[in-house]
Amino acid sequence: MLDVLNEQLNAKGEDPIAFDSDCREGICGMCGLMINGDAHGPEVTTTCQLHMRSFTDGETITIEPWRATAFPVIKDLVVDRSAFDRIIQQGGYISVNTGSAPEAHSVPVPRDDAMRAFSVATCIGCGACVAACPNGSASLFMGAKITHLGELPRGQPERDSRVVNMVAQHDHEGFGGCTNIGECTAACPKEIPLDVISQLNKDLRTALAHGH
Amino acid sequence: MLDVSTTSLVKGARASRSTIALKLLMAISGLIFIGFVLMHMYGNLKAFAGHDAFNEYAHHLRTFGEPMLPHEGLLWIIRVVLLGALIVHVYAAVMLWRRAKRARTTPYVMKKHTGAIFASRLMRWGGVTLLLFIIWHLLNFTIGKVNVQGGPTNDPYNLLVDTFDTWWLTVIYLVAMLALGAHLHHGVWSAAQTLGLTGNAKARATWKKIAFATALVISVGFSLVPIFVLAGVISK
Repeated sequence: MLDVLNEQLNAKGEDPIAFDSDCREGICGMCGLMINGDAHGPEVTTTCQLHMRSFTDGETITIEPWRATAFPVIKDLVVDRSAFDRIIQQGGYISVNTGSAPEAHSVPVPRDDAMRAFSVATCIGCGACVAACPNGSASLFMGAKITHLGELPRGQPERDSRVVNMVAQHDHEGFGGCTNIGECTAACPKEIPLDVISQLNKDLRTALAHGH
Repeated sequence: MLDVSTTSLVKGARASRSTIALKLLMAISGLIFIGFVLMHMYGNLKAFAGHDAFNEYAHHLRTFGEPMLPHEGLLWIIRVVLLGALIVHVYAAVMLWRRAKRARTTPYVMKKHTGAIFASRLMRWGGVTLLLFIIWHLLNFTIGKVNVQGGPTNDPYNLLVDTFDTWWLTVIYLVAMLALGAHLHHGVWSAAQTLGLTGNAKARATWKKIAFATALVISVGFSLVPIFVLAGVISK
């Protein structure tokens, strides 16, 4: 739709509207837009996968960029989400030695843990949670990463420092605090549940008890 | 182009300095308030037992624990704890409110609130309403002891009846109980989530029910006495 609009603008010799998109199959997280007041529009999907049949014929569609201090607008609808990258840099990883891959069966992972880790690892970091949150908080994003890595054996050694450092970076970037309202999970194209924020809080509380 | 190199990575992070630590303070102080209002409600409902039972209860609150505690010892312990909890609760709220304001300085032209219950969006202004109510309430019954009907103020039961016999005072209290109910409906669930008790879908559903039940019991429980006084069931 925006492509069509930009073609029209081009034909008229006007500047096209800048917007982000990459994979156009709902897995990269680049294309987030606030459409008619809903992050990624009225369907549970990403902007690029949103069907025009969600709108009525001739309807006026209001499109805005994500609005958050931590996501500065670069141009038109394009925002800079590198704050998310810096949060990941602070702990959204596991440290392993390079070299030959270890035998996959040497560390058993209970099925339920693996399923939960997989289901929250679907987070694509699109920023819809921040965009939808009245507080501009990135807790759902962080919670997804904390839960994903915290459910797995490889995530345990850095579990305390991970949550403390990621939350510190989150706060430093200017994201707001969570008030458990739940607009994030309603906006999430990957349906990450609110449970992950509970997990995030629990991990931080545990780290606090461990003296971090 | 935008210069992103100015935002550095945080060094020497402390869990106690985080927004989540503020939320934990908010949750714990909130739970202290809930414990208090439940006891307070129990005391209020004594009004149904009549003048003597109510006043005897009020008197016992002052002599509770004697001689181990001094006169009004328990009350003063409760007052100090509550004042501490109030300072913590308001401090955390103000800090998080300010953060939220700064986190989005340009509002959306169009924003729906999909997924949010109405009570959750009333927390801040509802909290301010409750704070104003608490000040009024203390002036009414504890510090100032105002009897708008001009009667005596040294008899707790009669002061209660005189107060709620006045329709506009009953309205103020009922509005405050609506605000309290809404605050608890979201607040109890939010506290459970902050304390990390809602890590799966079942626990989440259970805590939402507990939150609703708590809000209902407390707001209705407190509203009974004013309504029944105004209706003339509880009288001098």
